[in-house]
Amino acid sequence: MSSSAGSGSLARYILVRIILVIPMMLILLTVVFLLLRVAPGDPVSASVGGRLPPAILAQKRAALGLDQPLYQQYLEYLGHVVRFNFGTTISDNQPVLSVIRDKGGATLTLTVGAFLIALVLGLPLGRLAGRYRDSGADAVIRIFGIVTYAAPIFWVGVLLVAFVAAHFPSWPTYGIASAQTTFVVPTHTHILIVDSIIANYWSGVFDILKHCVLPCITLGLLITGVIIRLVRVNVIQALKGDYVEAARARGVPEGRVVRKHAFRNALVPVITVIGLQVALTLSGAVLTETTFNWPGVGTALVNYLNERDYTAVQGLVTFFAVVVVIVSLLVDILNALVDPRVRY
Amino acid sequence: MTELRDVGAPVIEGPVLEARDFRVWYATDRGPVRAVDGVSFSLRRGEILGLVGESGCGKSTLGRGLIGLLPDGSSRDGELEFEGRDMLALPGREQRALRGSDLGMIFQEPLTRLNPLMRISGHFEETLRIHRPELSKEEVEQQALAILRLMGIPPTRYHAYPHEFSGGMRQRLMIALALVLRPAFVVADEPTTALDVLVEAQIIRILHDLRTEFETALLLITHNLGIIAEACDRVAVMYAGEIVEIGDAKAVFSHPKHPYTRELLRSTISLSTTGLNYIDGAPPDLVEPPSGCHFHPRCPDAMQICAARHPVDRDHGDGHRAACWATDLAEGLTLDESDRAPLEREEIAVADEA
Amino acid sequence: MAGRTRDFLHTIWNTKGLARYMFWAGAAITAVFVVCAIFAPWIAPYGFDQTSAHGVNFPKLGPYDSHHLLGTNDQFYDIASRMIWGARTGIEVVILSVILAGLIGVPLGLLSGFVGGWVDRVLVFLMDALYAFPSLLLAIVFSFLLKGKLGSGILAAALSLTAIYIPQYFRVVRNTTVSAREATYVEAARAIGARPMTIMRKYLFSNVVQSVPVLATLNAADALGTLAALGFLGLGIQPTEASEWGYDLSRALDDAQGGNWLPAFWPGLMIVLLITALTLVGEGLNETVNPALRRRRLKPVVFSARVPADVAATGPSGGTHGVLDGPDDRPGGGHEEAAT
Repeated sequence: MSSSAGSGSLARYILVRIILVIPMMLILLTVVFLLLRVAPGDPVSASVGGRLPPAILAQKRAALGLDQPLYQQYLEYLGHVVRFNFGTTISDNQPVLSVIRDKGGATLTLTVGAFLIALVLGLPLGRLAGRYRDSGADAVIRIFGIVTYAAPIFWVGVLLVAFVAAHFPSWPTYGIASAQTTFVVPTHTHILIVDSIIANYWSGVFDILKHCVLPCITLGLLITGVIIRLVRVNVIQALKGDYVEAARARGVPEGRVVRKHAFRNALVPVITVIGLQVALTLSGAVLTETTFNWPGVGTALVNYLNERDYTAVQGLVTFFAVVVVIVSLLVDILNALVDPRVRY
Repeated sequence: MTELRDVGAPVIEGPVLEARDFRVWYATDRGPVRAVDGVSFSLRRGEILGLVGESGCGKSTLGRGLIGLLPDGSSRDGELEFEGRDMLALPGREQRALRGSDLGMIFQEPLTRLNPLMRISGHFEETLRIHRPELSKEEVEQQALAILRLMGIPPTRYHAYPHEFSGGMRQRLMIALALVLRPAFVVADEPTTALDVLVEAQIIRILHDLRTEFETALLLITHNLGIIAEACDRVAVMYAGEIVEIGDAKAVFSHPKHPYTRELLRSTISLSTTGLNYIDGAPPDLVEPPSGCHFHPRCPDAMQICAARHPVDRDHGDGHRAACWATDLAEGLTLDESDRAPLEREEIAVADEA
Repeated sequence: MAGRTRDFLHTIWNTKGLARYMFWAGAAITAVFVVCAIFAPWIAPYGFDQTSAHGVNFPKLGPYDSHHLLGTNDQFYDIASRMIWGARTGIEVVILSVILAGLIGVPLGLLSGFVGGWVDRVLVFLMDALYAFPSLLLAIVFSFLLKGKLGSGILAAALSLTAIYIPQYFRVVRNTTVSAREATYVEAARAIGARPMTIMRKYLFSNVVQSVPVLATLNAADALGTLAALGFLGLGIQPTEASEWGYDLSRALDDAQGGNWLPAFWPGLMIVLLITALTLVGEGLNETVNPALRRRRLKPVVFSARVPADVAATGPSGGTHGVLDGPDDRPGGGHEEAAT
């Protein structure tokens, strides 16, 4: 009886949460529009002005709809985003969506790999630090967490590359795959490693995994620091819980008390905050990709920034905003699935 | 209760639990808090002992100390025997193994005592598996459902989450969890304080019936004297970490031997109450308790000796014990004139201030 | 109010355990960087954009020697001097951006909390949206926009970072204001005579004085990282404007891949040290100020000797039924002075 009531309210919760996405998205998009369309004035002359005759500039402006009143541009921008149209780049005349499609797979591979490393390292270390609070292990783990968070991604990356280049010269230190793999694997999903598996090209998969190691460790360490801090504080908090004392009163061994009672309850707030770390991960991905010449959206963004391509930057930033909103939605839904109380 | 107990173990006919000069002190940055300071009593099989006293007098600490459920930085001292075993000498592992199977605890706030992420079934499976690893999944469920039925919780709710139950139901769940392994001794720490009056009566009835059902000895901590009168065989009155009076519940309530018990009874509100009575002053600081009798700064009968020397715990017949100079004097103890002189008011005020 | 500030400093001074070591270790390292920042012209051997001295040009990527303590980088700059000047740049930018963020975020939070209604709701939503946005991207967008108007100096960099931290001050101050308003009603009802504004000011001050220093320190650490990231991406401060560690690191990237990693090592080390130090100060402060996290050192329990007579007299079996002994039979209870 309770399960049907539970899933009913779960569905309602998810629906409400999805509706809440709309105002959040609207505000983010408005901020992006104000910053990147209104503030700079005329993007076309800012990007390619001086290089082209005025007549062609005017033509380009008209093509981009920049000769229309602002409110109309705004509505058009929103309309485009709803249809996943993020505009066309000025510098190389490509739809931003196709840039995202071509480069998104590499960014996804990098961030997923980094998150896996961070979870594998951060969850047990944070739990250990929280359980043995104020001990030597706690101090070491906390300092490790602070330093990995403090160390600039590109510095860790550079040192790793220098170290590997000196001691393992054959290990790849940049790019997502060797030229051969990229050339051989046919494109289906635009995620190279998945395509490689589909093509049953296992030496390619292996090659990509080798390329992934350094960038994923670099970005993963940054997230590890955050996860350690989060898990530690929440385990300490959860260990003070009444149900933890009650479990001890039932004779549950301390290890199990920490694992099944404190840690599981500590994970509920951790999931929410890890969801917020998507923003941090995206920031980190931009830097990691630049450091390792990783052919992802971050590298593309930096290239367009150097080209002063306003529409490309606007399109990519809009895309990041959409990702942030969607991920925060997914995290809330995941949270509702994990914690039965949220549904109420 | 026999089928779950070790067949080889000798049947102990003495007290289930016996504490002698039992102490529990907490560490703080100011020095130890003497939350329980030299407490002696015993409990027979199936007996219900009520424990009353103001908040902060050490009731809860005593209850937790008896089953070894204390926070870091606290220590136990004295003698504590459970079914003939010296509990203070027992290694932590074995103490833990006794908790849940032989020693149980029922808490004050049932709403927060169940793991919100764990189904009711999970709680029972965990408890039963830890203490009886030989039980099959079916047997676990069978035992859990049996006790839930006894507590009036329908088996259809076995797989529900804690938040789907009301406060009273959750307390019944907690009792079921504490009793599923038929422990010989259970501490119930203000089990009804967080519940409304109707549910309170229900829970008290359940606890009262335990002795016939399980032969469980129960320490019922409460500040509700009505509950004691209704459900308990004996009552212990605690003040500032000490048991100042203990005895048959009826005898203690009709003829209190300690002024604190008397004042506590007077301050209870009932239908015949005409005015509100209360005991002046606040419970003392347990890091540096008052000299002599801990109650002397607030005691209306305080004499000079009360501030100087700790009273002796005396038996006044039928195991009715109290520690009070004034009672001793009334019952024929000879005291010097200087010892008998009433404690001056300003001294009381100053001591209260300290 | 001065009393509250003194209490606050007193709490910091009296904290024990790990939090204390963290706080003071962080404070000491930060102090070294602050000294470098203030006295950079006297401490640094050369200017930050100096490529020659006494008519001798500096070598490119020169090794360390008596003239160049840490060698020179690929732009002929003296690395040691760049590191010291970099402390000045970093601290200037961080202080500017944190103060600016506070100056905007705190009044906005007060406004939102006081006025309430739809103003509050819109501001909260806007700030939440800004907070959810990747901070580096926000900084990139701002520096990208400001480049054309303010160039790529310290002010432009500080302004680019400001927007990231406004939502955090806003949130803290707004929530405090809202609860201060509620507390004001309660207090005003209880203690008639105190003016609501007085209570509110007291309440706000005591809460803000606790949370804002922690927030500001942690934000400073974060801002330093973001500044370096902007520099690394080529969007930060240009080398001729001031010395910036992130920029130096990006210049050293290619050489590091080629094996010469020392020019990249030093600026990174500076960044790590200062961020770690600031984080330690912030976390130490947080544990000190936040009662939920604070843990005081406990004195271990040592039981005083037991009094044997107690056992004899109180043991349930050993009770002396009906017999009233004189008070002198209690050896432990020797005459003490009455409590005063």
